[in-house]
Amino acid sequence: MKPVNQKAWFLVLPVLLLVAISAVIPLMTVVNYSVQDTFGNNQFFWAGTSWYEKVLHSERFWNALLRDLMFSAIILAIEIPLGVIVALAMPRKGWGVAVCLVLMALPLLIPWNVVGTIWQVFSREDIGLLGGALKGMGVDYNAVQDPVDAWVTLIVMDVWHWTSLVTLLAYAGLVSIPDAYYQAARIDGASGWSVFRFIQLPKMARVLTIAVLLRFMDSFMIFAEPFVVTGGGPGNTTTFMSIDLENLRASNELGQGAAMSLIYFLIILLFSWIFYAVMTREDAPRPDKAPDKTGGAP
Amino acid sequence: MKRLFQTIIPVLYIVFLLVPIYWLVNMSFKTNTEITTGLSLWPREPTLRNYTVIFTDSSWYSGYINSIIYVVLNTVISVAAALPAAYAFSRYRFFGDKHLFFWLLTNRMAPAAVFALPFFQLYSAFGLFDTHIAVALAHCLFNVPLAVWILEGFMSGVPREIDETAYVDGHSFPSFFVRIFMPLIASGIGVAAFFCFMFSWVEVLIARTLTATDAKPIVAIMTRTQSASGMDWGVLAAAGVLTLIPGAIVIWFVRNYIAKGFALGRV
Repeated sequence: MKPVNQKAWFLVLPVLLLVAISAVIPLMTVVNYSVQDTFGNNQFFWAGTSWYEKVLHSERFWNALLRDLMFSAIILAIEIPLGVIVALAMPRKGWGVAVCLVLMALPLLIPWNVVGTIWQVFSREDIGLLGGALKGMGVDYNAVQDPVDAWVTLIVMDVWHWTSLVTLLAYAGLVSIPDAYYQAARIDGASGWSVFRFIQLPKMARVLTIAVLLRFMDSFMIFAEPFVVTGGGPGNTTTFMSIDLENLRASNELGQGAAMSLIYFLIILLFSWIFYAVMTREDAPRPDKAPDKTGGAP
Repeated sequence: MKRLFQTIIPVLYIVFLLVPIYWLVNMSFKTNTEITTGLSLWPREPTLRNYTVIFTDSSWYSGYINSIIYVVLNTVISVAAALPAAYAFSRYRFFGDKHLFFWLLTNRMAPAAVFALPFFQLYSAFGLFDTHIAVALAHCLFNVPLAVWILEGFMSGVPREIDETAYVDGHSFPSFFVRIFMPLIASGIGVAAFFCFMFSWVEVLIARTLTATDAKPIVAIMTRTQSASGMDWGVLAAAGVLTLIPGAIVIWFVRNYIAKGFALGRV
């Protein structure tokens, strides 16, 4: 058991100050805007909860929320299993390890709007390889005009961009399993599946929790990539909440933007708390299944 | 059968990752006429013009310097602040520790779109708008919680007897922490620094909002390839290729830490 020591607060103090400055003060500004209205000239007056009502009564908001939830659910359902499979198949020693790690981490280190640019070009049928190849095979593909194609492009892009994060974390969890576990399993004559189910998966549970949480948060907050690739279109079919928020900000809708910001933040908090609570329970359920249970449409 | 599975899956996956990147590299060596007139799998008339444009124009290459400055500042600040905090969380119980830990994590969940405007006002009020330190501090919002989270996991893997022995041997806390403890969790520091570098390097919205000219990051400068005379695809591709390099260097340095493996502690 860890000893109780109130002096530990001094060690936490730098982090507390740093995060308080960059989180609490800006958050107060947002709260401030969300309850006021303005006619310009820096004159504000009390608007109560009217901005919140406006946001919550707008169909546009609910549609964007639905799209966000659907996107995150699909992303988790593909990336977590795929990332684990790749991690299981990766070499454990030799030169292959470094090659795999460096090449796989490459997409993670590309700035997000560059990722968008790469995929925007890549999927264009006149100058891009993917669009051109699909057109050559006679597939009717157009990410600019067809909503389904736009969605498929965004999902493939996100899988390309982020699956490696899951792989890296899962791999780090896998190599930390001591050899003795595998030897014991071999003596017991355990099958490949039961080695995975009873040794590798439980040992990966913690890193996978982090992977699921990070992937949920970031896919729910996705902004730069769809902004560049589809610009929210065709129509509004790929307008996620972050894009709507940026639109409000661009048109100087301070109050409504702030109210929407806070609602958005609270939704992410709620879902992250659910994941956190479900996955850190004493008898944690299988983490690779968690997205199916909680990530679905409401 | 198992052998086959273990070769084919990583190879297929890496090919899938590399094809779009190859397309970008391919484009960066083409002329704009060749890019817009049709598909070609490799440059027919290879040109270095696109790279020359970037390396000879200070408004282009200063973007890379600006980005690297604030990313390095942010990584140093995040890890330095997170180290003592992670130690406190991994070794002691104190009033409100669990709530504090979850509160820290909630900041990792804050969408950048929510904070962009308030950050702009906050840093403008302090006269820090368009400075590297402003972006570095703003990125601490999501990197400090992550660094604390990762480091806490590594530290919990170090037995507490080591701390106690060091104190018995007459080490003060700072001396123990720097000379004995930090070398023990070196790979943790490497992994945390890698993630901080990564998330700060790739972030666009906040970095763009907080800068105008002096600290403008490369990701914001890239948007100007769109001009009245159409899109300068070649230069855009070359700029994109150059953004890959710093990240590739960093992952090369930390590859061994990741290959050694880690099971993070408290989640």
